[in-house]
Parts: sequence; structure tokens; C-alpha cells
Amino acid sequence: MAEFFASAFWTGFLWPLIVMLAQSVLLLVVLLIAIAYILLADRKIWAAVQIRRGPNVVGPWGLLQSFADLLKFVLKEPIIPAGANKGVFLLAPLVTCVLALAAWAVVPVNPNWVIADINVGVLYIFAISSLSVYGIIMAGWASNSKYPFLAALRSAAQMVSYEVSIGFVIITVLLCAGTLNLSQLVAAQDTKYGALGWYWLPLFPMFVIFYVSALAETNRPPFDLVEAESELVAGFMVEYSSTPYLLFMLGEYVAIVTMCALATILFMGGWLPPIPYAPFTWVPGIVWFALKVLFFFFLIAMAKAIVPRYRYDQLMRLGWKVFLPMSLAMVVIVAAVLQFTGLAAK
Amino acid sequence: MSFQAAGYSLTPALPELVLTVSAMVLLMLGAFRGEKITGLVTALAVAMLVVTGLVVLWLPAGKLTTFGGSFIVDDFARFLKVLALTGSAVALILSRGFLEEPSRRIFEYAILIMLSTVGMMILISAADLITLYLGLELMSLALYVVASSHRDDAKSTEAGLKYFVLGALSSGMLLYGASLIYGFTGTVSFAGIAAAAKEPTTGLVFGLVFLLAGLCFKISAVPFHMWTPDVYEGAPTPVTAFFASAPKVAALAVFTRVALTAFPGITSQWQQIVVFVAIASMVLGSFAAIGQKNIKRLMAYSSIGHMGFALVGLAAGTQEGAQGVLVYIAIYVAMTLGTFSVILAMKRNGQPVETISDFAGLSRTNPLLAFFLAMLLFSLAGIPPLAGFFAKFYVFLAAIKAGLFTLAVIGVVASVIGAFYYLTIIKVMYFDEPKGAVDPVRTELRTVLAVAGGFNMLFFIYPAPLITAATAAAKSLF
Amino acid sequence: MILPALFFYLFAGICVASAVMVIASRNPVHSVLFLILAFVNASGLFVLLGAEFLAMILVVVYVGAVAVLFLFVIMMLDVDFAELRQGFLEYLPVGLLIGAVFLAELLLVAGGWAINPALVKTAVAPIPADITNTEALGLVLYTRYIHYFQISGIVLLVAMIGAIVLTLRHKPSVKRQDINVQNARTKAMAMEVRKVAVGQGLQDPPSREAAE
Repeated sequence: MAEFFASAFWTGFLWPLIVMLAQSVLLLVVLLIAIAYILLADRKIWAAVQIRRGPNVVGPWGLLQSFADLLKFVLKEPIIPAGANKGVFLLAPLVTCVLALAAWAVVPVNPNWVIADINVGVLYIFAISSLSVYGIIMAGWASNSKYPFLAALRSAAQMVSYEVSIGFVIITVLLCAGTLNLSQLVAAQDTKYGALGWYWLPLFPMFVIFYVSALAETNRPPFDLVEAESELVAGFMVEYSSTPYLLFMLGEYVAIVTMCALATILFMGGWLPPIPYAPFTWVPGIVWFALKVLFFFFLIAMAKAIVPRYRYDQLMRLGWKVFLPMSLAMVVIVAAVLQFTGLAAK
Repeated sequence: MSFQAAGYSLTPALPELVLTVSAMVLLMLGAFRGEKITGLVTALAVAMLVVTGLVVLWLPAGKLTTFGGSFIVDDFARFLKVLALTGSAVALILSRGFLEEPSRRIFEYAILIMLSTVGMMILISAADLITLYLGLELMSLALYVVASSHRDDAKSTEAGLKYFVLGALSSGMLLYGASLIYGFTGTVSFAGIAAAAKEPTTGLVFGLVFLLAGLCFKISAVPFHMWTPDVYEGAPTPVTAFFASAPKVAALAVFTRVALTAFPGITSQWQQIVVFVAIASMVLGSFAAIGQKNIKRLMAYSSIGHMGFALVGLAAGTQEGAQGVLVYIAIYVAMTLGTFSVILAMKRNGQPVETISDFAGLSRTNPLLAFFLAMLLFSLAGIPPLAGFFAKFYVFLAAIKAGLFTLAVIGVVASVIGAFYYLTIIKVMYFDEPKGAVDPVRTELRTVLAVAGGFNMLFFIYPAPLITAATAAAKSLF
Repeated sequence: MILPALFFYLFAGICVASAVMVIASRNPVHSVLFLILAFVNASGLFVLLGAEFLAMILVVVYVGAVAVLFLFVIMMLDVDFAELRQGFLEYLPVGLLIGAVFLAELLLVAGGWAINPALVKTAVAPIPADITNTEALGLVLYTRYIHYFQISGIVLLVAMIGAIVLTLRHKPSVKRQDINVQNARTKAMAMEVRKVAVGQGLQDPPSREAAE
């Protein structure tokens, strides 16, 4: 047995595999529990803005509400419409959920606390988020029903449009940091100025564009035309029920939290403390990371509560006629500033 | 940056830069001022094409290379660039009437032609396979669009679509060939390929065949000619005039350059292909044109045949051959543009007429037009002492000197058969009953016709400038 | 190492299988979905080659943008694909024959002569070992190959102009919104406060222009 533990197969292959699986499971469990409470927080914030109480029945202050919802969805009967394309219909929620979770493989939550520290981490997240549109398109098409289909068309156009500006925003950050690795991106923001040295300040316009585009990319209000109740009932989810519906909801919220994490890493210094001196440095990095993600999520939740929904042409105008030229101009400006002031990362 | 020192000077590419930048400026002008400015944009585009031609001539003499040797400006490139620019400029002038109609006032037309010309110039200057491909795509993409620029017309749309689909296919073949060549020689630069390709290995020959197939498509040589009649007929006539002139120059230029500078080590391999393509094009061009009723279709077959004749010079593989190709293409452009200016002038009651029977009795209703067209057709048929005769004379001479007697004989026979359909038109013009008067001819058409016709008729008096330039250009390839 | 080999066969196998399914599938939407699967697996192959940048760009560009538009168009097409496929069996023997001839020819080439093994050494821009391949690409793309980059840019510009020329139609009958005008509207422009005398009502109703 000792021989086996000394073998190359164990040290080089099996043990790292076990470690990686354990890490993944740990991350997912923490993430999913966090999602449960973030979902609750979303509803609570929304309720608070409207001077309601929000969910408060299940468990103390409604803390177990999300788990009750989970049970309810899982135990109900999944209904598949007769005219639906069964395979694609069931694949769609799975695609949404799995893709949303897969993005977390590269998100560093603390120094070296990351499952895969790859060199193109930013691009990986960008790629995964650009894939998430397929869940919606597939759902819309496979439902074989008018409202879902319209929602799918809307969503495809919307996500493709806003991906462009997100891409350019990311490019400006990359220009400043000189790396595509997410951990190194955070490390590049580690200056003696603390929170003032993070990229949100020098790249403030990009930060705003990223925030708004993230709302649009994740189909959050005020850009939730995909599931605009007043026009499309529940959008692409009209025909879904029970577990598939749950998977959609889950995927959606994971995607939102991913965007929050990405914003944290790109603009808010990831796990870095806002003031780089004791006692702030004593707090573990993951706490700062979580706080920043929550702050960003709070912003998104507030947007849902206080901003009315955009009309579709306004949405497209904002993406193509405002954000795209602005972010393009910023790429040029940032690159020029870096080049001519000698600040470019070596 | 030490890129200037390392062979990245921008001077050799100055004409391309001038044309590109001016195209973009005109694009902004058009985008902000709208359709009403179409006339001005077109006029400025012609002016910029002329300016670019002057810049080409202004460049320091000798062989200039840049971008790490992948872009080359030698006498060959200068000669053909000026020719391509002239072709584009004249084609734009010819399209003024077309663009004046309110429904067709698209200022982008001139810009697309400019950008297409940039593609041609890049193509002519290409010294590696990647530049070749990019230039070819830039040229063709704009051509696909202008082919269907009359978008409310089903035939024009069909022409554009057909051209696009087949063009994409040929680009695919070209790329496949290019990647095979890269795989078997390890380089994309023509000089490097020439150094590596001493032996005809199977892989290399495969690559060569695919590459030449792609290029044959662009010059519409048989067996890759199928698109030509439909596209020529369907596209608006000024566009057809453009298709028949400048793009042919560029494609033939790159064909010549690839064959002579990248594969001199395996001349016998590509020679077979070129000989076959030349014979097939000449024969098909001559026979298939006979039954045509539509003058644009006829011109399509005529251009297929003429490309065959031009390739005869290339088949020789010698400096005389290359010179013959250059003289041929220059004269061909002049003849074609002249002929198309007549076709454009053929309007009755404001409606363009395109069938050959519409030319009936033109000698009585508009004798001058008929005379010029007759001269141009005689020239296309290759009857001495018109320019077209000298074009054929030089390529056949080169072929005979290189020992390709069969090819030369077939060429002469095809030329005689081809003369039949040109003479048919002349007969219709001079001996048939008139069909009614044609509309007055626009000034710019008259000017183009006079210049092209004059060149054709008087070339034999003073051929030296063209011949000297072509000799120098051909010399720079060897 | 056995693991990369396993992954290679996994990616390559799925890639080829889904490529076959693109052609074989009866439903065109399924075809596009299989095409996407093929793209994703091709990007997996890129990762195995160590070209992670290309892998990600393949997903972002092809899967994230191009294939979405594909799917878009195909979902909206009202084509009876069963009808289109009617001739399939008729042409199958001819197709198979041509395919077989082509395959034989290619095998003759590939079997007889190997791609130049010294190719890697002759590369004009060898792959640097010590930097990430994103950086390596950037180092040559904007310097040594700047002209390719720029010409490609012009090609794309032409494509854009072409798309606009061929599809944009200005319909005079369509009423368009001008967001700037809308935003510039003030309260004063939108309404006015009138005193209304009892029993008389408004004598001169405001004109439409004034209201606007």
C-alpha cells in the first residue's frame, strides 16, 4: 500500500485529481448555499424598497425560504409540452446551469484559492458567459410556443450586443494590468493606495459601463426584456416547470454572482483589503472578496427595485450607439495614456 | 521602434495608404451628407484614383520591398497598378449615368470600387501567399457587393449571390492550395517557395493546382468560367465594365507573379496547366459566344477567350511571354472599356438595350458610334493594324519562341473563329434595317469612347511607350 | 502522458461525430447545435495544443457570436427541409463515388509524402517558450504582421459597407424617434396651465404643435 502512495500514478495523477474534485465540490456547495441567501436577499431588498416585508414565514425572518422553494420545485411534476422538442427542451436548463457553474472554475477568491489558475482566465469567463445565451435560445425554440420564441430572439440579440461592450471594458482593464490571469489581475491592483489603487477609480467610466452591461448580459432588470411579464408572460420560461425551471433560476443567479465576482476582480481589487494596513490586513481575503461581491449584488438588486424596464429599441440604442463607441474610445484613450506615460505593464 | 530599419518602411505602400485613407474620408462624407452627395463622392473618387496613380509613378525607382518582404513594388507592379487604377477610374466615370437615377444614388458604390482597387493593388504587390489571399478577398468582397448593387433587380441580386458563392468556393480552393504549399515548402513567401520548390513533389503540385484553380476563377478562365456570363449579364452594365477591366488586370498580374517568381523551379508543372487552361478558354470563348443574343453575355465569353489568349504568353514562361501578357492586358482593358462605353450609350427612350439585334442599323442612326464600335470589335477580333492584333502578335510570338507551336496554332484558329461573332455584330450594325434612333450619348461616354477608340486605331503608329514599359516590367520579374 | 491522449481522443471523437451529425441530422436546428458542439470540441483540441488564447477566441467569436446568428436565421427560416432532402438518396451513390475518389487522391498525397518535418525550424516567427501565447501572438500581430492585420480590417470594413448597402432601406413612411429630442423635452414644452372659467370651458383648445 505504501508503494502505491509513493507511485507516480498516485502523486502525479490520482491525488491531484482527488484534491481538485474536493475543491470543486467545496466551491460549489459554498456557492450554492450563498446563492440561496442571495436569492433571499434579492427579494428582501426589493420588498424593502417597496416598503413590504418580503418572505418572512419559512424559518426565522424567512431564512429558509429558498430551501422551501427548492423542495417545492424538485417535488413537483415536470411538465413537457406535447409539441416541444423533448431533448433540446430538457437540455436547455442543464446547459444554462452547468455553464454558469463552470465559470467559477477560474475565479480566485483568495490568493491561490482557485481551482484552475489558467492564463486566459478572463477570456474563459467571457467565453462561458457568451455561451449562456444558448440555454435561452434552446429553451425558446424547443418550447414550440410563441412567447418563449420571441423571448429567445430578444435575448440572443441583447446578449450579443452587450457582450461587445463588456469585451471592450475587459480589454481596458487588461491593458492596465498586462495579464489575462485573474489572480495576477488582482495582484496588479495591490498598491499602497488600497481602495484608491483599484481600477474602478482610473477606469470609472468603464466601471459604470461594465455594471450596466452586466445587468443586460444577465437579463436583469431594467433589461429583463427576455422575461418581461407584461409583454411575454415569463419569456423563455413560460413552458417550464418544476426542476427544469429551478435549474434556469439557479443558472441565472449563478451567472449574476459570476458577473459580480468578475466586477470585483476587474475593478474592486478581488480579495485585497480597502486599506492595506492593520487591522484590515488581518481579515482573511475571502471575507473582503465576499463583501465586495455582496456590495455589487446589492447594486444590481437596487437597480431591479428602482429602475423601470427599458423598451427594446432603447436597449439596443444604449448598447450599440452609446456603450460601444464609448468603450471603443476608452480603449484608444487608455492605450494611448499607457503608451505615452510609460505606465504600461511590462 | 526599429521597424523602419528592419524593412517596414511605409513608403512602398504609400499609394495603397493614400487610396484607403481617401476612401474612408469619402465614406464619412457620404455617411454624414447622405445620398445627395453621390455625384461629388464619385468625382472625388475618380480624382483620388488618378492621384494614387501619380503616387505610384512618383515612388522611387527600382525594386522596393516592405513589411518583411511580403509587399513588393517593382516595375511589374507599377505598370499593372497604373493600369488597374486607370481601369477603375474609367469604370467609375462610365457609371456616372447609372448613379444619377434617384433610386440608385448609392455613394458607397464609388467607395467600394476604391477599396476594391486597394485590394487589386495589394494583390499586384503581393510577395507572399497571405498578402495574396488578403488582397484577393478585399478585391472580391467589394466586387460581390457592387454586382448586386442594383438590389431591386432580381438579376442583379442573382448575379451578386452567384458570384459570391462561387467566389467563396474558389477562395477555399486557393486557401487549400496555399496551405498545402506552405506545408510542403515551409514558407509562404514567393522567394522562399522558389528556393524550396526545386522538385515537383506530389504535395507541392497538388497545392499548385489548387492555387492556380483559385486564380483561374478570378480571371474567369475555363474550366472555372461558369459564373462569368450570368454575372456579366445580371450585374448593372457599368459594374460589368468594371468587372471586365481592372479585376482581370490584378488577377492576371498575380497569376503571372506567382507562376514566374514562386515556381520557376517547376515551370514544366504549371506550364501544362496554363497551356490547358489557355486552350480551353480560347476555344470555349470563341465557340460559345457565337450563339449569344445578349451583348453583355457575348462580352463575357469574349473576356473568357481573351484571358485564354493572355495566358498563352504566360505559358511560354519567358520574359517575352510576360511582356506579351502585359501588353495584352493593357490593350484588352482599353478595348473592353471602349466597347462597354458603347454598350452603355445604347439607350432608347431612356431604357438601356442589350440585345445584339438592337444594334441593327446603327450605322445610319448614329454613324460615329457605329464606326467606333466596329473598330473596337475589329480590334477585339485581332485584325491588323488595330491594337488587338499587336496584343495577340506578342503573345503568339513568345509562345512560338518558347517552342509551343501547337498552342500558337490553336490560338490563331480560335482567334479566326472568334472573329466570326465580332463580325456578326458589325454586319448587324451596317447591313440590317435600323430599329430607331438611339438617345444622345452622354459626354463622359463619348470621351471614353474617343480615347479608347483612338488608342486602338493609332496604337500601331507609336507603340513604343507601352512596349518599353511592358519590357521593363517583365524584366523585373526575372 | 496518458491523460492528454485520452482527452485528445475524447475531443477529437466528439468533434468528428458531431460534424457528421451536422450533416446527418434531420432537423436543421439540431444541425446548428451539433455544429456548436463541434466548435467547442475544436477549442478543446486547441487547449491540448497549448494554444489557449485561440481556444477561447474560438468559443467567444464562433460559438458566442457567429453561431448565435446562424441559429437565429435557421430558427426563423420556414423551409421544409424534408422536401429539400428528397433527392438525397438519388444523389447518394454519385456523392459517395466522388467522395471516395477524393479520399483516395488525398490519401495518395498524404500517404506518399509527409509534410515537411523541418517546418517548425523554418518558421519566420518561432513560438517563444517563456511567455504566454496570448503575449506571443500580440508581439508579432501588431509589429511583424501589422499589414495583414490592417488589410483584414479593411476587408471587414468592406463587408460592413456591403451589408449596409444591400440591406438598409430608408422608408420615408416610417416615423423615427430622436432620443435626443425626446430627452430635451421640458415640462414647459409639454404642458401649460390654464385658468378655466366656470361654465365656459376652454375657448381655444391648444394646437397639436404647441402640445408637442
